[in-house]
Amino acid sequence: MKRITIDPITRLEGHGKIEIFLDEEGNVANAYLQIPELRGFEQFCVGRPAEEMPRITNRICGVCPEAHHMAATKALDVLYDVEPSSAVKKLREMFYEAFYCTDHTVHFYALGGPDFVLGPDSPPAERNILGVIHKVGVDIGKQVIACRQRNHHVIKMLGGRGIHPVAGLPGGWSRAINEEERQEIEGYAKENVDFALFSLQLFADVVLANQAYVDLILSDAFTHQTYYMGTVDENNHVNFYDGMIRVVDPEGSEFVKYEAKDYAQHVAEHVEPWTFLKFPYLKEVGWKGFVDGKDSGVYCATPLSRLNASDGMATPKAQEHFEQMYETLGSKKINGRYTPVHYRLATHWARLIELLYAAERMLELASDPEITDPNVRIVVTNTPTEGIGSVEAPRGTLTHHYQTDENGILTKVNLIVGTTNNYAPIAMSVKKAAQSLITKGTVISEGLLNTIEMGFRNYDPCMSCATHSLPGQMPLEVTIRDVEGNEIERLSQYI
Amino acid sequence: MNMGDNGKPKLAMYWAASCGGCEISVLNIHEHILTVDSVFDVAFFPCIADFKIEHVNNYNDGYIDVCLFNGAIRTSENEEMARLLRQKSKVLVAYGSCAYEGCIPALSNLTTKEATFNTVYLDNPSIDNPDGTIPQPTYQVPEGELDIPVFYNTVKSLDQVVDVDYTIPGCPPEPPQIWAVLQVVVAALTEGAELPPPGSIVGARTVAVCEECPLEIHEKSIERFYRPYEINPEPGLCLLEQGLVCMGPATAAGCGALCPQVGMGCRGCYGPLPGVEDQGAKMLSAIASVIGAGDPTMEEDELERKIEAVVDTIPDPAGTFYRFSMAHSLLHRANLNGNGKGV
Repeated sequence: MKRITIDPITRLEGHGKIEIFLDEEGNVANAYLQIPELRGFEQFCVGRPAEEMPRITNRICGVCPEAHHMAATKALDVLYDVEPSSAVKKLREMFYEAFYCTDHTVHFYALGGPDFVLGPDSPPAERNILGVIHKVGVDIGKQVIACRQRNHHVIKMLGGRGIHPVAGLPGGWSRAINEEERQEIEGYAKENVDFALFSLQLFADVVLANQAYVDLILSDAFTHQTYYMGTVDENNHVNFYDGMIRVVDPEGSEFVKYEAKDYAQHVAEHVEPWTFLKFPYLKEVGWKGFVDGKDSGVYCATPLSRLNASDGMATPKAQEHFEQMYETLGSKKINGRYTPVHYRLATHWARLIELLYAAERMLELASDPEITDPNVRIVVTNTPTEGIGSVEAPRGTLTHHYQTDENGILTKVNLIVGTTNNYAPIAMSVKKAAQSLITKGTVISEGLLNTIEMGFRNYDPCMSCATHSLPGQMPLEVTIRDVEGNEIERLSQYI
Repeated sequence: MNMGDNGKPKLAMYWAASCGGCEISVLNIHEHILTVDSVFDVAFFPCIADFKIEHVNNYNDGYIDVCLFNGAIRTSENEEMARLLRQKSKVLVAYGSCAYEGCIPALSNLTTKEATFNTVYLDNPSIDNPDGTIPQPTYQVPEGELDIPVFYNTVKSLDQVVDVDYTIPGCPPEPPQIWAVLQVVVAALTEGAELPPPGSIVGARTVAVCEECPLEIHEKSIERFYRPYEINPEPGLCLLEQGLVCMGPATAAGCGALCPQVGMGCRGCYGPLPGVEDQGAKMLSAIASVIGAGDPTMEEDELERKIEAVVDTIPDPAGTFYRFSMAHSLLHRANLNGNGKGV
């Protein structure tokens, strides 16, 4: 019997560790993905004024602070019982689409891209963003930097700061834009649309044109049949900023559609003693452990999940690509809806379709005359009690739940964060990849380690801002020990 | 980035209990990152490069020329990494508010580890934990033993566990300041220019945020404070003088006064002014002078009563005045009651 420890010193907001146990035959008996980190926001926010939450909870994640800022701001709308004006909603959503454009871009080019552009078995020292740039050309690298730059500029313009924005208020937003700024943003949005189309073409040329990659995407090692969650608008189209939360079962039938305020009726969190992170699951189905299928409450909330849970995209170009993806991957159309795609590596494709949607939607909003309404900050006088707000963070449905006293001082805070939704699915993917790759007599190679990484990388785990930001390779070390714990072999990705 | 050893000075960047925003702030120097790339070899930088702790363990002491350490010390693992990187680095920089003074995670020092575990794992609207399971540093699963770090009761800043050579404040530091600091470091490494004296705070100014804030000050007194949603502030005018809490007078400049310019008060993320030990105490005296500005003839005891009455309209003074500096605060954790009103 052997034990394999994969200890990435990179820290998804810190830290992740994989423990793989092998049975006497040399097959994988079990695998654990541990998250050795907790900062305790839910407790230390108690006693704070609720209106400070958009400025406090964005510090949960510096990669997606906009998502926490927005979920908190929407929770304040409900807490203070104020319906934002149509102009406020549009301004917030435009800010949010700019954020999606930069966030999804970084993931594809820095994290997901290297595995495909350079290949899973390419030399690890090249398998990063610089390797991608060398392979596809410096001009494309410059386009990626330019995409980040212009969208962070919009985030700063609308939110006050490039990282950790400050503009969200109950029922409003502290910063309006003028016509000149609107035109500037409109120009950026057009560039975003072009960049998203270019990225989808790159995906088609590099990934879809390569049979080996298509086979990898379709392989059983990277397939899981779970429930899928995503926010949809009144037409059941994907929406990042607002709507109803829809869950479909593994066959694609709508399981439930609910308002964010009812989240606790539908989602519960399971605790394991060997990790700080909790495991959300569908309450009605129940926690049955780390297993696939309709009888297991495990659900997934990722770009692919959002597409699976929807009937389509709300913008024309994104809809074309949505249909193309489902047709290409052999999905059937039943009652006007495509059946879910279960191939986890297709999440990379779904992410680019979402990038295109975000760009198109940003352009729609930037072209809307109402977006320059100067009256976006309002005075609120209602007495607060309880507020629940949710948005689609790039890595999954994000819910903030606040209870306060009559002065708006927080008495209870509960947060279900994007990546947390996916903790069980990610753990299952890691285990399945390990089981597929490590069997009796397998020679454990660097390529094996990277393929295990691909099992979780497609989720863009924000617990791993590490794998999220730039070259995006988790440094892994594998130590193989015998039953007594003596080291018999050690491998690492970068020696 | 150059990976590995190409004979250039070695750069490291590490995150402890942090959000990742400090790493993103470095990326937000955009094209200047290419200059950093040309000057340094990266020796350890989990966010962008692929070195593991084992690599760092194998480096000679002082092998890393400059280590930018961000994040607070929240767990045993954070502290072990701080000690390791101190040992392996010639120059250790506390980068960003968490490493500098605890930042938002140190608000946790207003509560306890037990209360945190209770809220996270036992008592919240979505929890399902009938057996009362709490994560354990060591746990026996059927296949073997699994370990996670020890969660400390108190959040510490980097300088509370190891010696720090320089500090770059901000949550996160603003890109123009980061680039200014990097240029100084690059000049020192390539042209032999002098580095600032050890112990310096770099990437910030020695004046208050108000000095770089374009909002106009009219020496106007206030009768009470308002919550940010209770008034619509007059554009172009000082927020503090309109009754909105703004930590500008007690906070070091360098950010460009970004928050006040979108109508939201400063929350103090660049930390106290030079020579000021306690940011909250400094803010109280700034508030007192704003209140006293209205009537210079007011008797001292009358003024004190008025100051007390006005300050009483601020909800959560501890969590406001020490929003980013709790780890360094003179309050310390024990003196506070449950709602954090300890000022």
